[in-house]
Amino acid sequence: MIAFIGRRALLAIPTLIFISFISFVIIQLPPGDYVTSYAAQLRQQGDYISIAQEAIMRQNLGLNDPILVQYWRWISNIVFRGDFGHSLEWNAPVGSLIWDRLALTLAISSLSLVFTWIIAIPVGVYSATRQYSILDHLFTVFGFLGKGVPDFLLALILMWIGFMYLHIDVGGLFSPQYQNAPWSWDKVVNLLSHLWIPLVVLATGGAAGLIRVMRANMLDELGKPYVETAYAQGLSERQVVWNYPVRVALNPFISTVGWSLPALFSGDVITAVVLNLPTTGPLLLQALKMQDMYLAGSFILILSVFTVIGTLVSDILLAWFDPRIRYA
Amino acid sequence: MTDSALEAPKVRDHKEDLFTAKPWQLVWRRFSKHMLAVVSLWFLILLALTAIFADQVAPYDPFKVQRLRTLAPPTGIHLFHEGQFVGPFVYGLSRERDPNTARVLYEADPETVLPIQFFYQSDDYNFLGLFKSNIHLFGVDDRREQINLLGTDDLGRDVFSRLMHGGRVTLSAGLVGVVFAFVLGLTLGSISGYFGGWIDSSIQRLMEFIRSIPTIPLWMGLAAALPIAWDPIFVYVLITLILALIGWTHLARVVRGQFMAIRNEDFVMAARLAGASEYRIITKHMLPSMTSYIIAALTLAVPEMILGETALSFLGLGLRPPVVSWGVLLQDAQNLRSISMAPWLLSPGLAVVLTVLAFNFLGDGLRDAADPYGQ
Repeated sequence: MIAFIGRRALLAIPTLIFISFISFVIIQLPPGDYVTSYAAQLRQQGDYISIAQEAIMRQNLGLNDPILVQYWRWISNIVFRGDFGHSLEWNAPVGSLIWDRLALTLAISSLSLVFTWIIAIPVGVYSATRQYSILDHLFTVFGFLGKGVPDFLLALILMWIGFMYLHIDVGGLFSPQYQNAPWSWDKVVNLLSHLWIPLVVLATGGAAGLIRVMRANMLDELGKPYVETAYAQGLSERQVVWNYPVRVALNPFISTVGWSLPALFSGDVITAVVLNLPTTGPLLLQALKMQDMYLAGSFILILSVFTVIGTLVSDILLAWFDPRIRYA
Repeated sequence: MTDSALEAPKVRDHKEDLFTAKPWQLVWRRFSKHMLAVVSLWFLILLALTAIFADQVAPYDPFKVQRLRTLAPPTGIHLFHEGQFVGPFVYGLSRERDPNTARVLYEADPETVLPIQFFYQSDDYNFLGLFKSNIHLFGVDDRREQINLLGTDDLGRDVFSRLMHGGRVTLSAGLVGVVFAFVLGLTLGSISGYFGGWIDSSIQRLMEFIRSIPTIPLWMGLAAALPIAWDPIFVYVLITLILALIGWTHLARVVRGQFMAIRNEDFVMAARLAGASEYRIITKHMLPSMTSYIIAALTLAVPEMILGETALSFLGLGLRPPVVSWGVLLQDAQNLRSISMAPWLLSPGLAVVLTVLAFNFLGDGLRDAADPYGQ
């Protein structure tokens, strides 16, 4: 088992190096650089800086060096000193900007992952054991709808419903009066009244797909002889279903945890922009538009690292769960 | 002895039909049992036709600004006026300002009856760059009144017309993206599945790598790299390329899996033993048995592309005005105020949902029908 984990962890290292390089290259792709967009912004405000000044800024920020040099400067600081560089637009260290937001992104993503599972597993099992019942059809419709409705549209519609019919304050995480207030019971209630929209949006998208997977897996398993044997032994339906086929059917579930992470982060980015949540999404969007490369690059890098770790964890879980994989 | 015993039975057995049917007939038979998929197919054909003939179906030029008709609500179609049947018509709109808030209010004016005219001549258009015309499928004959089936936006442009034209861009972006993804996926997937060995495993690693990056941030990063000043058409091609760059992995998996599964099938072995060349085995035996799977996978890939385009354009990183796509149209519905004042601005979202659902159902039906000999 330890050897398996070690091998998996070793495989993740080249992936991480590659990802870090790709994220850096992506943010370097746009023609022009931060100074160009900064100058454009100044010009829009009626200010003006000369080309010579632009050149000096570039020189000082080290934007003229070859890309490999810039990459090395960036990554070596991260690895050796934990320093993610300096956000050019905010004029602050990237580290101070991102950790709060990343923590919130992680919290929302993992909460919605838990929600997804709480919805998807019982519903999938029910759909399979009561195939073609009315509820099964209903869940199937829900599954297709969840796949078809874009995240941001669902967020918009929920916001509208909340605003027009439930008369609650939507968008953001807190109502204005609680924004800077110390933590209190009211503040927690206020947080929950805001948090349900992003959670529902993210969980429906994931649950819709997983219900279908769970249902298909369960149907495969329920037809197998060992289920019949278990019934023949006189076990109740509840015992049979939850003790045997569900455990086998969960396998593909666990192996896709790693894949559902990128989907959750992606969904989070766009939902957060619509709902104006203080997570990574809006800041990443802004950073990309301004070519604030250290900020944007760090976001893409850290989100990808989380994904790689998530995949690693799901591999390990799967091996722990299913001995056939460990010894293969 | 009578002749009757020798005569062939007049009524052919239904089962016999089944035995002699060609594979495509079997696929079709199975597909047509999937009601939802058949309905989706018709819906998509209709959608494709309206997208191609958007100029004719849309009653107005999608860019025509009407200052006196901003954010007008959808006009309802009526058949009876004061208890009398007059055929399909719409009421005119009277425009007033709320005395307290100075907001523009619209109300149906029961005096003005505007019958809907078919094949009506109004705004000029250049159909796909082929010929000029001004015939529209429908319209109303009035200098000041309009028919706005889905209302108007904040510049007074007809949302229905814009929706039709946006469908052209969004649907074609989806299809073009799938074509790019298909070329990439088929090439790399078949190389991977056919050669195996280290080529296979390195392509597999690459695919795993691409799958492991969160899609939207990656798309955002790539799309942000496109300069705003570029020609919209060029941006459009690049956006579809970006969508394809990530979407091909799924197709490559399907192709590779099929190649690996079929490579060891009996009929391939039989062809090989009969002395067929590799080329003949691939083109005459392996590919035909895979096409239905590939078509199903392609159909299921289209909605991903459409959703990707919509999301990017919605964020302002994909297509940009003046190009009209469903994602661009949804930019108008980005904040709560505009949605609560003009909910009809969300109609492009409904169009996206319906289209994506239809493609999903169609793909599902095709996948079920792809293997007509199973079960």
